[in-house]
Amino acid sequence: MIFHIQDWFPVLLSIKVAFIVVIIVSILGLPLARFMARNNFYGKDIIEAFLTLPLVLPPSVIGYGLLLLIGKNSILGQFLASLGITIIFTWWAVVMASTVVALPLMYQSAKGAFLSVDQNYEKAARTLGASEMRIFFTITLPLAWPGIVAGLVLAFARALGEFGATLMVAGNIPGQTQTIPLAIYFAVAAGDDTTARSLVAIITIFSFFVIYGVNRWAKKQKV
Amino acid sequence: MLEAKFEKNLWHFNIEFSLKLDNKILVLCGPSGAGKTTILHCLAGLVSPDTGDICLNNRLLYSSKNKINTAAKDRNIAYLFQNYALFPHMTVKQNVYYGLKSRKARNFNFYVEPIKWLDTFGIKHLQERYPRQLSGGEKQRVALARALAVQPQLLLLDEPFSALDKSNKLNLRQEIKKLHDNWQIPFILVTHDEEDANFLGDIVLEIDQGNIRRMTTKP
Repeated sequence: MIFHIQDWFPVLLSIKVAFIVVIIVSILGLPLARFMARNNFYGKDIIEAFLTLPLVLPPSVIGYGLLLLIGKNSILGQFLASLGITIIFTWWAVVMASTVVALPLMYQSAKGAFLSVDQNYEKAARTLGASEMRIFFTITLPLAWPGIVAGLVLAFARALGEFGATLMVAGNIPGQTQTIPLAIYFAVAAGDDTTARSLVAIITIFSFFVIYGVNRWAKKQKV
Repeated sequence: MLEAKFEKNLWHFNIEFSLKLDNKILVLCGPSGAGKTTILHCLAGLVSPDTGDICLNNRLLYSSKNKINTAAKDRNIAYLFQNYALFPHMTVKQNVYYGLKSRKARNFNFYVEPIKWLDTFGIKHLQERYPRQLSGGEKQRVALARALAVQPQLLLLDEPFSALDKSNKLNLRQEIKKLHDNWQIPFILVTHDEEDANFLGDIVLEIDQGNIRRMTTKP
């Protein structure tokens, strides 16, 4: 058989993780990007560089960094262990690794989008009595929308394809932390070409339709 | 009645501004870069002065001494932006109602009949259009309707005619004058055109390098 998948778990896990990551990076990235786009303060450049760092560092460095942060011997890891929580080598570690590498993409896109919104619109809304919260949701966000959608798509794609950092903090545990990219790698290593080929086809087709669909949808939203 | 006296340091000069204005049209006239827009921003609460007081109808909006600095959204001062700043993703109707929704949520004691309001400004037939589908003159009328819908106690206009051609400009100049007669609140208008200043201004202040150089009052 050309295409055959015995274990659908990696497919479901990858999609689940990618959606959760998109939600997390939206909640973290959007307010952060808006804040950095509209405020200047001492040390801003340092924070900016720090936020962009995961984009340029090798995934193995990020994985090792996360191991130091939440590993069994770290302070945070031991604290969590005392509460009965383990992150490392669970699917939450997959989410964590993907979030760290996807956040800079969301942040950069959203910041660029917010910067492109003419501040006079926000000022006008302010003189019309709108609260900052209302201004964000009714003026800034809709006007920055195309750039934000681009950020969401990039973050989703990055989360779906995350390999190196995930391998280091979550391992390759079939049925627990094995995502599509990991499953492909280990299928190829084991000479299981059918599985590898099938997973490659699935992730390619799925990614294509997500990007295509989001772009179509974003185009319709634009006035 | 607006009473304002404040100073603001900019990097290349200091703005020193003081003024008492009842329900008249005041024109700030001067070359670009003279600090006219910054004065409007200070009054509207979009920028904070460094020292001074701003008092509108016995409401102290800003006072460096008493550490009062009312947010722009609570000042009840309308602002007409140079390029009108109409929200491009909203229709004319949504633009004009935008301020009404804010106030209503906070139970302000007034209500404007929306359709009647659009009619007053002669823009009822435009209500479903987007700003990019409007001419310069129509844009200005929408912007005025939006700014005045929240029943402000002061209207600030920043270069209201700069985006218009000559014939439009003469019409709208007349309209602003008429609007002021009906409205009975102080207007402060920024322009670099002396003809506009003389036509509209009850009081004309010539501003240069942030200072009032000359004051002309119409009899």
